[in-house]
Amino acid sequence: MQAASFLEKEDPLQRAHRLAKRRVALLFYESSTRTRTSFELAAKGLGADTTLVSALSSSIEKGESLKDTGLTLRALGAECIILRHPNSGAPYLLDRVTHLPVLNAGDGMHAHPSQALLDLRTILHRLRPEHTNAEIDESTLAGVTVLITGDILHSRVARSNAELLPRLGARVILCGPKALLPECASEIGPGIAIERNFAHAMRGAQVVMMLRIQKERLAGLELNLNDYIAHYQLNAERLAENAPRALVMHPGPMIRGMEITSEVADGPQSVIEEQVRHGVAVRTALIARALDAMPELVSA
Amino acid sequence: MSSNDVNRIWIKGGHLIDPATKTDGPRDLLIENGRIAAVDTKLNANPGDVQVIDATGLVVTPGLVDIHVHLREPGQSYKETIASGTAAAAAGGFTSVAAMPNTIPVNDSAEITRWMQAPERDARARVYPIGAATVGSMGATLTNYEALRDSGAVAVSDDGKPILGDETMRAVLSAAAAAGLPVIQHAEDTRLTGGCSMNAGPLAFRLGLRGMPVEAEAGIVARDIALLRELDDDRAHLHVAHLSTKKALDHVRAARHSGLHVTCEVTPHHFVLTEEAVDEYDAHAKMNPPLRTVEDRDAMIEGLLDGTIDCIATDHAPHAAHEKEQEFERAPNGITGLETSLGLSLAVLHRRHGMSLLQILALLSARPAALLGLAAGTLAVGATADVVLLAPETEWAFRASESRSRSRNTPFDGWSLPGKVRLTMREARIVHREDPSIRQP
Ligand SMILES: [Zn+2]
Repeated sequence: MQAASFLEKEDPLQRAHRLAKRRVALLFYESSTRTRTSFELAAKGLGADTTLVSALSSSIEKGESLKDTGLTLRALGAECIILRHPNSGAPYLLDRVTHLPVLNAGDGMHAHPSQALLDLRTILHRLRPEHTNAEIDESTLAGVTVLITGDILHSRVARSNAELLPRLGARVILCGPKALLPECASEIGPGIAIERNFAHAMRGAQVVMMLRIQKERLAGLELNLNDYIAHYQLNAERLAENAPRALVMHPGPMIRGMEITSEVADGPQSVIEEQVRHGVAVRTALIARALDAMPELVSA
Repeated sequence: MSSNDVNRIWIKGGHLIDPATKTDGPRDLLIENGRIAAVDTKLNANPGDVQVIDATGLVVTPGLVDIHVHLREPGQSYKETIASGTAAAAAGGFTSVAAMPNTIPVNDSAEITRWMQAPERDARARVYPIGAATVGSMGATLTNYEALRDSGAVAVSDDGKPILGDETMRAVLSAAAAAGLPVIQHAEDTRLTGGCSMNAGPLAFRLGLRGMPVEAEAGIVARDIALLRELDDDRAHLHVAHLSTKKALDHVRAARHSGLHVTCEVTPHHFVLTEEAVDEYDAHAKMNPPLRTVEDRDAMIEGLLDGTIDCIATDHAPHAAHEKEQEFERAPNGITGLETSLGLSLAVLHRRHGMSLLQILALLSARPAALLGLAAGTLAVGATADVVLLAPETEWAFRASESRSRSRNTPFDGWSLPGKVRLTMREARIVHREDPSIRQP
C-alpha cells in the first residue's frame, strides 16, 4: 500500500525509468475492460513494453495449451505475465511451467487479488486515511464490517476480499440466497459470517459491496430474478434506511437496475469510480514488486 | 535346468507370510515346474539339482493381486501398454492385475478380452480382463456376459462411468449373477458431479472449484445395495470400486451385516492423502473419486482395520505429461499406483496403525484374489509359483522418473517408503529383480 502511494505520487518520468524497456505480457483468456486497461496503464507508467495476447486473436484459438503459450511468451522476452483465465488455479500452472512471475488478474471463481487490494486501498482512504501512507497490520481495520452481497458462489472478487480483509481485522459478512451462497462459504477462513437478510446485514456495515448478477449463471439454479431484485437489490430506500453512512462499492462491471440502482451507483455514498482509480496505483506496485523495481521506502 | 528336465527352485531361509494359509514364519519353498511343490521349515534338496535363491532376511510372500488397473491398451499406448503397465506391476510386487475395460475401443467383447491376454502383449503380470457391463460402456445395452466370461473376463464394470439407470443396473446385476461374474460399480451419481474436479466442501469453495458431494458416491452405493436386496439372488455379487467416503462405507458395512454379498476396495491414495493435496491445483492430486476429508480418510483406515474393506486396489490410471500439465479443471482424473501401493500400505497401515504384515499382505493378495475367484494369491502346495521377495523394513525413495510405467502422473514422487521388492516371480519366472546376480532359473 505504501509503495502504491509512493509510485502514484512519483514523478511520471522518473517512474517510467523503473521498468524501461522491460517486457510485460498481458495474457487474457477472458474479455475485460477495467482490469486489463488498468494493468496495461500501470505497466506502461513504469516504462515497460506491454504485449497483449487475448484468447480470440491468437494461437490459443487453435488449441495451444496454456503451457505452450506461456513458454512462447517467455521465449519472446516476457519477464512477467499478467494472466486472466476462466479456470481456477491457472496462474499456479503458468508459474510452474514458466518460472516467471505471474500476476493473477482473475482466475475462474478462485481469486482476483489485485481487485481485493484496490478495494482495500479504497476502504483505507475513506475509513482509515491515516493508514494509506503507513504500514498496515492485523488490527488496521478492527471495528470495520464489510458486507459483500450477491453472487458469492461464482465471485473471485468475493473470495479474495473475504481472504484479505479479515487479515487486517475487518469482519466480512456475506449475503445472498442459498443458491448463490452455500453455507460452507463462511468456513473458508476466519472472520467471515453469513447473513441472509440483506437489511439486517446492512445495519452495522461500514462498507456495502455489491456483486454483479450474471443472468447466464442463474440458469439451472433455483432462483427467480424478480425475487432476487426484491430481496437483494441495493436501492436508495434500502440504503437510506439501513446504512445511510456506509460506503457503496462495486468491482464492476455493474448491471444497473439489477443488483444496484443508478441512484445508488451514482449517489453520494458510492466510491465505485474511486475504486477504479486505486486500481492503477495498486497494480503499479504489484508489477514493480514482481520485477524487483520497488521503491525503497522509509519505514514509519 | 536340472538333469531330468524338471525346473526346480529352492527359495531358502526366508520368512514366509502366506495369508491364505495363515502361515507366518520361517519356511523354505520348493518350486517345481512353475508350481509350489513343498513348503517346509527344513527342505532337503540336492543343490546340484536345483537353483537356490537365498531369501535370508527377506519376507517371502505370494505375488500381489491388484483388481483395479487401467492398462490403456488397446487404444492409448502413449499413456501405457499392457507390457509397460505390467512391468510397473512386477516392480511393485504384483503378478496379477485385473484390467478395466475403458480402453479404446471399450473392452465389451470376447475378441478384445482375448486380445488383451494374448502372449504378444508381452505382459509381465497375468492380466485378467474385466469386461464392459454395457456395450461401449454407454449404459444402455448389456454385453454378452457368458461370452466375456468364457474368453477370460473375471467381472463386468463400466468403470470410469457408473452404471446409472436403475433398470440397467437391475438387469446387469441379474445377468452377471447368472453368469457367475461380480459387478464392479464406479459409484458416482454423475447428475451431481457435472463440471466437478474435487471433493465438495469449504476447500473446494475457497479454491473456486466445483465439488463432488459425498452423496454422489453414497447415493449410488445405497441404490445398488437396494437393487441387490430386491434381486434376492444368492449368486449376485456387487463390488464397489475405489470407495472413498465414510458414508458409502457405512452403507457397505450395514449391507454386509444383513448378509448381502457386497464387497469393496480402497485405493492407497484414499487412505493416505486428503483433499488438502489439491491446495495448489496440482493435477497429480486430481482423481475420481476425489481425495476427501481427513474424516473420510480415517474412515478408510478404520474400514481396512476392521475388515469391512475387502482389499486394496490401486486404480492405476496413467496419463501423459501433457494431459496432466493442464488447468486443474481440464486435466484428466487419475494417478499411477502400482509401484507405490505396497510401500504406502506398509507406511500407513503397518507403521502408523500397527496392522500386521500378514493382514496387509492379505489385503494385497489373498483377499482380492478370492474376491474375483482368481487362481492366485497363495503359496500353498500346488499353487502357481507367483512369489515376491520383500525387504519389509528397507526404506527407499520412489522416483517417478524411474517408473516402469509409461506415465509419471503420481503425487508420490520423491516419497520415502518402507518395503523394497527385491524379486518378483510369476509362474516361476523372474519378472522383476533388484539384484542382477540372481539369474533366471
Ligand atoms: Zn472408477
